[in-house]
Amino acid sequence: MTAKEILSLTAVQLGKKIKDGEVTSVEAVKAVLDQIKAMEPLLNSFVTIEEEKALEQAEEVQKRIEAGELTGPLAGVPVAVKDNICIDGMKTTCSSKILWDFVPTYTATAVENLKRSGAVILGKTNMDEFAMGSTTETSAYGATRNPWNPDHVPGGSSGGSCAAVAAAECFYALGSDTGGSIRQPASFCGVTGLKPTYGTISRYGLIAYGSSLDQIGPVAKDVTDCAAVLEVLASHDEKDSTSVERKDCDFTEALRDDVKGMRIGIPADYLGEGLDLEVREAVLKAARILEEKGAILETFDLGMVEYAIPAYYVIASAEASSNLSRFDGVKYGYRAKEYDGLHGMYKKSRSQGFGPEVKRRIMLGSFVLSSGYYDAYYLKALKTKALIKKAFDEAFSKYDVILGPASPSTAPKLGESLSDPLKMYLGDIYTISVNLAGLPGLTVPCGKDSKGLPIGVQFIGDCFKEKNIIRAGFAFEQNRSYEMPQMAADAMAGKEEK
Amino acid sequence: MAHMIDDTTIEYVGILAQLELDQTEKEAAKNDMGRMLDYIDKLNELDTDGVEPMSHVFPVHNVFREDVVENGDDRENILKNAPERKDGAFKVPKTVE
Repeated sequence: MTAKEILSLTAVQLGKKIKDGEVTSVEAVKAVLDQIKAMEPLLNSFVTIEEEKALEQAEEVQKRIEAGELTGPLAGVPVAVKDNICIDGMKTTCSSKILWDFVPTYTATAVENLKRSGAVILGKTNMDEFAMGSTTETSAYGATRNPWNPDHVPGGSSGGSCAAVAAAECFYALGSDTGGSIRQPASFCGVTGLKPTYGTISRYGLIAYGSSLDQIGPVAKDVTDCAAVLEVLASHDEKDSTSVERKDCDFTEALRDDVKGMRIGIPADYLGEGLDLEVREAVLKAARILEEKGAILETFDLGMVEYAIPAYYVIASAEASSNLSRFDGVKYGYRAKEYDGLHGMYKKSRSQGFGPEVKRRIMLGSFVLSSGYYDAYYLKALKTKALIKKAFDEAFSKYDVILGPASPSTAPKLGESLSDPLKMYLGDIYTISVNLAGLPGLTVPCGKDSKGLPIGVQFIGDCFKEKNIIRAGFAFEQNRSYEMPQMAADAMAGKEEK
Repeated sequence: MAHMIDDTTIEYVGILAQLELDQTEKEAAKNDMGRMLDYIDKLNELDTDGVEPMSHVFPVHNVFREDVVENGDDRENILKNAPERKDGAFKVPKTVE
């Protein structure tokens, strides 16, 4: 197989070809490393690339596949991992200066699960610092660019993972999603991203931002890959006290082109003011395709939508202020060179190590938790969260799946978002309530705008009902073929000529 | 802006957050936090009387295990990323005279 043929495969397709002996894991890793070399100067999807380690792993995995020890669908397939997920011996920075030299001495359970299934890890992907942001511009190691148009952002915070999948720099990637950080960049980059029900994938080894909202999830070229990866990632883990023991983890069973009788609700509040017209059109067209396939569509009022963002920023910032207090220059990471006394060292190390967006959220979080304000802000937000959950419970008594946009617009240009944080936060309106209610959400590419930038449709399911959104996404996807950005295809074509 | 964050508040938040801001950062923080709190005030439109605060979506309970030592001596791993270390411990500036 040529490099171009290999790189055009999905993860599951590649896994099958490796198993059938048509291509080796080492060949796949070499093809993808070449693609990384061609794309990285333009995109900056990665913080760390482990070329030698990847080739060593591929050789070892290939032997075990040939010996019949590894038989899973993803054995030998190269993966990229977001830089907030710890891997023993591999630098993990959270795209922050404060963790510039941090090399974990343990591996996240999600990554252990991948390794057990024969995954080959290529390196760590860029992100907004500590996953705080929607553009991957707050990274201390430079912004990532969108492979569909490098003047635009890839979205965030899992922008590196999504750009890397879109540009064929890996076959799939791990992201994390606290308020939309998998689903929004997947939508901006024209790839598929899934955030499972809270508690499905262990958070052990995921560097915490908002612990009650954080979930790891897959980013891939299609729904089949996402379902296959989720099946590997989902596990009950005693190292994560919020891990849920699930019995229905055969997610690939839901990959059926059948939505007959499926009840799909479209929240009218997701189609109103602020939504770009081209995004609206593409999302409604996706809904009509499912209707033609036999789904029952209905528009309804979800309610509470406008309260999700303020509630989220109180809760996520509060949890972040507590979680990030561990970075103080003592146990790991950056320590200021000059300081006065112990407390001076804490303050100087943190002030020099954290970027502006992280400081903004730590300060807001410290404020809403402080004595005198706790009830008015933090408890109020937790009560709002209960009402949001109730609104979804009512919706899921009527519908199997909720369908809507992933983001109000397509990817903005670099430099347009950070000047007005509040405006940037408003872009999370369709994704954020899903985290507050602990629900699973999936975004699938559904078209492009007049500028040629991808648009994603989001499917939201009730807790533990990933199979419904996988089935809806898979059925929808049968009507379109995967499209790769021109830039990535050109890089491969260049190789053919050599 | 309905919320005017004064210097005292921002100093206090700086202490809680263990952050040291220069004058420019302080002014920006006052403005940003004021705007965010104005926006968050939207939650006051909601009647939440009698609503139980929801910290977790699913009922979470303490996960206990038997009090048996399972890990060995992990000192070297724990200290591996320390910015400064001494005699098998983290080294910090002197705090007690």
